[in-house]
Amino acid sequence: MNKVFPNKAALSADLKNNPTLRAEIRKQRVGASIRYIILLFFGLVMLYPLFWMFSAAFKPNHEIFSSLSLWPKEFSLDGFINGWNTGTEYTFGRFFLNTLYYVVPKVILTVISSVIVAYGFARFDIPFKKFWFVTLVATILLPTSVLLIPQYLMFREMGMLDSYLPLYLPMAFATQGFFVFMLIQFLRGLPTDMEEAAQIDGCNSYQLLWYIVVPMLKPAIISVALFQFMWSVNDFLGPLIYISSVEKYPIALALKLSIDVTEGTQWNEILAMASIAIVPSIVVFLIAQNYFVEGISSGGVKG
Amino acid sequence: MSKVVFENLTKVYSNGFKAVHGINLEIEDGEFLVVIGPSGCAKSTTLRMLAGLESVTGGSISIGGKVVNSLPPKDRGIAMVFQNYALYPHMSVRENLGFGLKLAKVSKADIEKQVNEAAELLELTPLLDRLPRQLSGGQAQRVAVGRAIVKRPQVFLFDEPLSNLDAKLRASMRVRISDLHKTLKKTNRSATSVYVTHDQTEAMTMGDRICVMKDGHIMQVDTPANLYKYPKNLFVAGFIGAPEMNMVETRLDRTGEGKCHLALSSQMLGLPDEKLQRVLTNFTEDVVFGIRPEFIKLADENSPQDEIIKGTIVRMENMGAEFYVHFTVEDRELCTRVPSDVVEAKLLDSIGKEQRFHFEMSNAHIFDKKTEINISL
Repeated sequence: MNKVFPNKAALSADLKNNPTLRAEIRKQRVGASIRYIILLFFGLVMLYPLFWMFSAAFKPNHEIFSSLSLWPKEFSLDGFINGWNTGTEYTFGRFFLNTLYYVVPKVILTVISSVIVAYGFARFDIPFKKFWFVTLVATILLPTSVLLIPQYLMFREMGMLDSYLPLYLPMAFATQGFFVFMLIQFLRGLPTDMEEAAQIDGCNSYQLLWYIVVPMLKPAIISVALFQFMWSVNDFLGPLIYISSVEKYPIALALKLSIDVTEGTQWNEILAMASIAIVPSIVVFLIAQNYFVEGISSGGVKG
Repeated sequence: MSKVVFENLTKVYSNGFKAVHGINLEIEDGEFLVVIGPSGCAKSTTLRMLAGLESVTGGSISIGGKVVNSLPPKDRGIAMVFQNYALYPHMSVRENLGFGLKLAKVSKADIEKQVNEAAELLELTPLLDRLPRQLSGGQAQRVAVGRAIVKRPQVFLFDEPLSNLDAKLRASMRVRISDLHKTLKKTNRSATSVYVTHDQTEAMTMGDRICVMKDGHIMQVDTPANLYKYPKNLFVAGFIGAPEMNMVETRLDRTGEGKCHLALSSQMLGLPDEKLQRVLTNFTEDVVFGIRPEFIKLADENSPQDEIIKGTIVRMENMGAEFYVHFTVEDRELCTRVPSDVVEAKLLDSIGKEQRFHFEMSNAHIFDKKTEINISL
């Protein structure tokens, strides 16, 4: 689009003598401006709620719903201070830690189990493999809410209510078909020569997985870990069902804590804490983003 | 010590496709055997069965007198070099070379020593700390060869190792691998090698013997020279040699006095006595007459009368030192190789003109058209 002319004088001379070229350049510039304006507009529309949340976190409670402006008239940190202290005996830091207590095992278990199952599907001959694969894909399509009641009853019988176990234990069995599917597709795109060479070098199946497959799968594994991390941090329904004591509340439930039915809700506190709550996801994403993009795109293209 | 024997080896894939049809082959200790054939002839499948990457449906494979059919690859005493190198992308050259030894729980000092030794042999020492993606094709292939050497296997397997390299590099790697084989043999290390390729230059220059395969059958196993001079059947005759052997479907006429004539269109070629005897024992009328381009010469006054054929020159290809001269005998096109000086002396401006050619019948071959077997051997 932007032609580089080596010589400005030559360019202007060229332009003077050539009205069609001049018109062409003007047309390109106008087209580019229009495209950028449209992109910018929709980008801002989509980001507005996020900006609004951040700015409202710095406003006093009475100002939040009275103005649309993103810039607070009265700048206040009360939302953060009061929000962090919460109305309970615990600070918000406690809820952060609680979140990590189940998200970290969840991510680790998901990665380990999904990789093993995907490796099995992608590289081994299993009896009725097609049937099992279709079943796996079918579980992706199954709405999670269908399982809620039977699962709740099951964990109640096992005496695991009000603990984090029901939130992460199922992940040890590769129950999230989507991740398994994603890894299978990625693995299918990888050439098997390296694995054959390693087999000749003396690897058994587990060594093959650990020394060869896992390093090559790294981008996909990071994607899986990231998705699982973000989805789990944001998960509301799971903790709501299984966690009942406030001391074990994760962020998602703690945010709801401030919404008081009897008194007026302190929206600035909620928004301040919501702003803080998304920080881990954003940080983790930024750290891993190169791998993440690579993992999704190559998984898709090669699969 | 590390002799490889295939006995009635068969491979049938799970979809019912029969890839290898009961082949028998003995590869001597220290021999460099090249397996060649067109794509889809199951040469790679055979190699992969020997490596243990592909299961054996029937028959047996033994290495050093031990049947290895059900052994995993690592226990067969083999090392393999792959077409696309198959280096581990996340390991440095040093780690790539030493990986097999590490798995075999060799001590660190010994790994270091053997890796350095192999690196020196292949001039890889300055590259030891690089990652595979930082290597050129030729370097990567050398690392792949090094990885095989480090393991000190009984048998080396090569699966079209040079086909991803450009022509120049291929030529130098060819020499390198040949030399390496000789070096290993001299130092009394086991060096039995099986080398799969579809490139006949590689086969002719590298192999102690060549095994020609087609559709899962072995067509002929012999030294390069014998394969070229005495092809057992039509397929081998056509597959080995560039430019290809001239092949003409024709008729064998038995005349009186136990003589035989080969009809090339309306002209006749006589058969020399030693060929005649053999042809007569397997006599059949419908034959394919084959003669390599270098055995067709320009006729002169000394040429025997019953070996001269008149043809019309249609095309001349200048190859530098020689010309490929294409000529037609009525509707059949044949090719001969003529040295450049002869062309300049005798054949300038001869396209479209008639010329007398001398067919050296003692070097010609006659194949049974039905069975495709060489009946003149």
